[in-house]
Amino acid sequence: MPIILWTDALVFLLVVCAAAAGRYVSRREYLLSSWRRVGESRAGMSALTVLAVFVLIGLFDSLHYRPRLEAVAGEQANGYSTEVRSVLDTLLLPLKTKTEKTYSAPLATHLYARETVEMPDGGQARVFPRLKHGGIHLPDPAADWAGDVAARILHGVALAVLAWLTFTAAAVQATALHWGMRWRTAWRRIWRGETHFAWNAVLVTLALLLFLAGPLVTLAGGYHVFGTDKVGQDVLYLTLKSIRTGLVIGTITTLAMLPFAVALGIVAGYLGGWVDDVIQYLYTTLNSIPGVLLIAAAVLMMQVVIDTHPDWFATAAQRADARLLALCLILGVTSWTGLCRLLRAETLKLREFEYIQAAQAFGASSLRIMGRHILPNVMHIVLIAVVMDFSGLVLAEAVLSYIGIGVDPSTISFGSMINTARLELAREPVVWWSLVAAFAFMFVLVLAANLFSDAVRDAFDPRLAGRQIAPATQGQAA
Amino acid sequence: MIAYIVRRLLYAIPILIGVNLLTFTLFFVVNTPDDMARMQLGIKRVTPEAVQKWKAERGYDKPLVYNEAADGAGKVTRTIFFEKSVKLFALDFGRADDGRDIGHEIKTRMGPSLAIALPVFLLGLFVTVTFALLLAFFRATYLDFWGVVACVALMSISSLFYIIGGQYLVSKVWHLVPISGYAGGLDATRFLILPVVISVAAGIGSSTRWYRTIFLEEIGKDYVRTARAKGLSELTVLFRHVLKNAMIPILTGVVVVIPLLFMGSLLVESFFGIPGLGSYTIDAINAQDFAVVRSMVFIGSVLYIVGLLLTDLSYTLVDPRVRLQ
Amino acid sequence: MRVILIHAWLITLAGFLAGCGAEWNNPYQTEDGGKNILYSAFTERPKHLDPVQSYSEDEAEFNAQIYEPPLQYHYLKRPYTLIPLAAESVPRPRTVDAADRDVPANSPRVAYTLYEIHIRPGILYQPHPAFARDERGELLYHSLKQEDLKNIYSLRDFPRSGTRELTAEDYIYQIKRLAHPRLHSPIFGLMSEYIVGLKEFAATLKAEDKALAGAGGKNTWLDLSNIPLAGVELIDRYRYRIRIRGRYPQFAYWLAMNFFAPVPIEADRFYAQPGMIEKNLTLDWYPVGTGPYMLTENNPNARMVLERNPNYRGEAYPDEGEQGDQAVGLLADAGKRIPFIDKVVFSREREGIPYWNKFLQGYYDFSGISSDSFDQAVRISVEGEASVSPEMKEKGIELKTSVGTATRYFAFNWLDPVVGGGQADAVARERAKKLRQAVSIAIDWEEFISIFANGRGIPAQGPIPPGIFGFKSGSPGINPVVYDWVDGTPRRKSIETAKKLLAEAGYPDGRDAGSGQPLVLYLDTTDRGPGDKPRLDWYRKQFAKLAIQLEVRGTDYNRFQEKVRKGAAQIFVWGWNADYPDPENFLFLFHGPQSRAKTQGENAANYSNPEYDRLFEQVKHMENGPARQALIDRMLAILREDAPWSFGFHPKDYSLHHEWVSNLKPNNMARNGLKYQKIDAALRETMRAKWNRPVLWPLGLLAIVLAASAAPAVMGWRRRERASGRGQ
Repeated sequence: MPIILWTDALVFLLVVCAAAAGRYVSRREYLLSSWRRVGESRAGMSALTVLAVFVLIGLFDSLHYRPRLEAVAGEQANGYSTEVRSVLDTLLLPLKTKTEKTYSAPLATHLYARETVEMPDGGQARVFPRLKHGGIHLPDPAADWAGDVAARILHGVALAVLAWLTFTAAAVQATALHWGMRWRTAWRRIWRGETHFAWNAVLVTLALLLFLAGPLVTLAGGYHVFGTDKVGQDVLYLTLKSIRTGLVIGTITTLAMLPFAVALGIVAGYLGGWVDDVIQYLYTTLNSIPGVLLIAAAVLMMQVVIDTHPDWFATAAQRADARLLALCLILGVTSWTGLCRLLRAETLKLREFEYIQAAQAFGASSLRIMGRHILPNVMHIVLIAVVMDFSGLVLAEAVLSYIGIGVDPSTISFGSMINTARLELAREPVVWWSLVAAFAFMFVLVLAANLFSDAVRDAFDPRLAGRQIAPATQGQAA
Repeated sequence: MIAYIVRRLLYAIPILIGVNLLTFTLFFVVNTPDDMARMQLGIKRVTPEAVQKWKAERGYDKPLVYNEAADGAGKVTRTIFFEKSVKLFALDFGRADDGRDIGHEIKTRMGPSLAIALPVFLLGLFVTVTFALLLAFFRATYLDFWGVVACVALMSISSLFYIIGGQYLVSKVWHLVPISGYAGGLDATRFLILPVVISVAAGIGSSTRWYRTIFLEEIGKDYVRTARAKGLSELTVLFRHVLKNAMIPILTGVVVVIPLLFMGSLLVESFFGIPGLGSYTIDAINAQDFAVVRSMVFIGSVLYIVGLLLTDLSYTLVDPRVRLQ
Repeated sequence: MRVILIHAWLITLAGFLAGCGAEWNNPYQTEDGGKNILYSAFTERPKHLDPVQSYSEDEAEFNAQIYEPPLQYHYLKRPYTLIPLAAESVPRPRTVDAADRDVPANSPRVAYTLYEIHIRPGILYQPHPAFARDERGELLYHSLKQEDLKNIYSLRDFPRSGTRELTAEDYIYQIKRLAHPRLHSPIFGLMSEYIVGLKEFAATLKAEDKALAGAGGKNTWLDLSNIPLAGVELIDRYRYRIRIRGRYPQFAYWLAMNFFAPVPIEADRFYAQPGMIEKNLTLDWYPVGTGPYMLTENNPNARMVLERNPNYRGEAYPDEGEQGDQAVGLLADAGKRIPFIDKVVFSREREGIPYWNKFLQGYYDFSGISSDSFDQAVRISVEGEASVSPEMKEKGIELKTSVGTATRYFAFNWLDPVVGGGQADAVARERAKKLRQAVSIAIDWEEFISIFANGRGIPAQGPIPPGIFGFKSGSPGINPVVYDWVDGTPRRKSIETAKKLLAEAGYPDGRDAGSGQPLVLYLDTTDRGPGDKPRLDWYRKQFAKLAIQLEVRGTDYNRFQEKVRKGAAQIFVWGWNADYPDPENFLFLFHGPQSRAKTQGENAANYSNPEYDRLFEQVKHMENGPARQALIDRMLAILREDAPWSFGFHPKDYSLHHEWVSNLKPNNMARNGLKYQKIDAALRETMRAKWNRPVLWPLGLLAIVLAASAAPAVMGWRRRERASGRGQ
């Protein structure tokens, strides 16, 4: 039974919007040229490649359903499990279900903690027990482990090479067809970076990603590549699941605040007068409340509402999702003011332009002027704000989860991973893998987002370069 | 000038009223005083009478906005709204839900908060401006390129990692500074070194990048070219002209945060056990002590408004062309 | 420029650090090095230090060292034994009938029980400004005006202090304070059932308080001493008598708690002066006691300091204890004058990690063990006994374990139509019972203990933990519904057994036999922080074994309590810590008339069984002995069969301490053990120095790295300068 969570719906709404925007842009040469400039940026394109992989994982994780319960002998199967799964869960089912008892190190074959076991002779001993799943195919781990791991890595690399070659061939083919040149020339141009689109950056990034992902896949078949956490869950699975949470927070938040920020900003700037005063009052008031406190207050309030109405949600996943959505909305409310102010200032400037004055003289309605003439001319600011906000929001989630006003505890997120991993540093020997895995994935995601947003900003408005429009939470929290 | 300040201060009043109404709605309409009472009364043997008593004692048993029972002005003043929200304007914060005086608490905690926030602010400003200036000096060279890359990388790391990593290595493994704690006076230095260094490091990336663009914008201007044409050395140009002029946007940009330094920093204070306002806020959030959260919201708003005012004033100070009226 | 800057920075850094003595990371003042000071920590700031309100353990950590109720628990003896503290002897209850004639305790004519308490003469209060008197013998600080308080921020700002002898009146005054209209004592409800006249007294006080408020004196002092309380009478300067309604043998245990500690009327009056509350000068913040220590610094944000009370009369270290105490040296100081330690510094430690790390560095003298550092610290030996791991042993760290007088459990709400037992129809009752039993078997508490408590607990066979009368070890003590006795140990029944029970309950394979719908149960818990996720997953896993779908609802403590109070939760996770070491304190958790949903009692599961209730009324008043044991056995059998709880486990307290701390024995009932403890400060000094040598190479490395990264910049600079020079 498919389930559409609120955030899923919004994620797909976003995808649809993006597709529509793509169509719109592709028909207008002046917009297309800016995007071409983005395409020329090497750093931007390799960042985009990485982002695309993350987004793909996030989308797979946004298709939810409730599995049908298997039929019991003699009865009709007519029930659905209350467990909500995503397509990603199904793809990763072995990782999700093969849990160990507690901590195990990356690629380990034994638990990380000693345990009292009964020996065959009736006595007891404290030993590191074998894992239930990790490396279970090895008859003698001590002797076979290294060979097996090496073999799997090689296998993975071979797969990666194959995949890369296929993709490269496709890219070269596409270029060759597009420009009507020969294969060899196309390849040389790509390699030397003489194409408009930064194919070489994409291919190199892809090679790197594949060389990491290939062995990861082959190793994950037999081991816990990033180890397991306190209750024996695979850390690789947890990190992959965290990606969706990060993406949802980074995108839905902006999506939620965008209509307000754009409408109010333009209206305030264009109409002026008392409308402007009211809107300015509104955002100064909201802005003057310390962001974290406003979020804390609102999240605590949301929790009360969710707690008092357990009947609203059929499953725990839906409840957790409601909280995630609430968090996005609240973050949106606290972060729209910056964009609103920018748009107001820009509209004030545009209002004095001749073509607007002309439109007014022709008697066009204010609504029409704002919609047809001003909005398209401030869209680049909106776009830049959106991409620049993204990384700040992903970082903010981690901080908020640490303070205890972040996502629901049953939601897997970078913040909750860091929070639990932090405690593990006090162990001796140190359990470092959860922290390192969360750090690596989060770093790559945020770095890619930052580089991509730089590329977008440089292409659309070099003047805005470096101006941070990050949500207030980051600055104050740090 | 004075008229301007007065007008700005008057303008702040409706904003504070707005803040007040908003927090009042969040804290009293949604979360009832009954919830607070049960939270504070603890675990064992909590009776409804005890809840009632607790509310009565703290004045939470009154009607929200209008008191039918009272007479005269009491209809308005003997309500939760008046006693808990309006009184904030007189900086009368009342007592925390655990019975302690919030005003006193804020006064004692301001010191530690400033002790950490001020050095972070000054040192951070100094270090980032220095780096940004260097990057601007080496603009369009590989040093500049890698510097910017390093900045982006640094700002892509969650501040949590800076704190966790720094604390683990420096305090636990290398025994260089105490793990957590605080002491008054000069003795505080050894507790503050690590958190200050970590906070500065965590902020280097984004600020350096921002200042660098400001410098580059300035360098592109005509007067710089003129100065260079006059034969001034690059160094003189950079320090005498670029730095001086770029300080205007930089300073006015940071002035707004100066009053907010009093609020302390949430994460660093709670990780390092520094008894400032930041950790006070976190504790209050965790304990759902709404009286404290409410007061902090109010103070935060007041300080923000002061910051805005200071920003306007600083414009006139650094740029004589700007006139306030 | 950058290089110079960094050098300067490093030099100042090194300079500051060098100024801090040998250990750079010492969080305390260097000059406190070799002193007889104990270092401890507190995580939560104590909410109340007023003995009438304080009920939690972290508050008792302070109060128990300061206040002296009439009785205390023996430090070493087990089972827990009451001995006199401020009293001359443990009072012998006298049972009388309605006309005050003595009757035997088991007589049905018993109307009241009288406790006559005799206080030792000559006990003095700690120095306190409330007792300060001027030359004429008048109390100095009892008519302070606002301007007198202008420069007063803490008690230390009063130049003079005084003391006074402890009298029986002070104890009576405190009992009256239990009913104080402006304070809320958590035990007022309970005590007003027993102490004769307390309820009426509270009503009188309320009226009095209203009258005062009406007269404009809302916060003026309410003098309790003039209003009589029927059930408590003063006999003479050192004796007083408490009159209890009916029989309540457990009352003696309450006499060992701070609710019955003395509060001098002077202090109450002193703190009630106008302007005091505004300055945080209250009894809730600055306790006044006769105990071995007094609170001299109260800064709950950073640290709290207890110092030796100079007026303390001195007690002798106990000269007898449990078997084995002699061997471990707990009796080495027998007969010596206590306390041994001069000063105790409690630092605020919000987080577990710094606490643990500072303990390892020698800056805290003892530590509880968080589950995460457990494996590092403790090794379970072949016999299953916990001991310190070799690395810890090498550091001289020692381990103390004790089974807590507490229990953790899953409760099934008796009022719930699916899992409860209150249905009218017998078939439905039977179904629900089988379901509860099946779930009880399926929840693998052994695994819970090993994952989440690192083995620090013993699976519960019933509500009564070991060490409390009524607990039985070995095969007679197991819960036959959940466990089998195999090879000398209890073994949890197989999941097949549980599945069979579930099928009998009408849910074969987790589906309702009638409709085929999956069985969904709801669990309420207060676990909802980000760190609680593993536990939530684990709960779900347990029910999944029976193919039951579990919906976990994490709520905040408020909502959770509210739900339990209304009887709206289906299954919930909770625990209970004993107030006193008597089985009644556990068995009453199932007493029907104390149902939480119906009467706001402590029976949170709302369990009710007429036979059990009848037995409980009997057991309540009995003296420990075979007769009581027999009845308790019958009650436990009923509970195990009915399974209103899935009995979880009794947590074990493990605490580590360094070798320089001695005379430490965990005591779950009493918190006043500080006066017996002793430290070897010189040894601590050497070990700290040994463990905390600063590692300097990273600083050097940092300098080199910075210099290296500055090099290209400097080179580039030179090149540029040269280029521009040539350009001219």
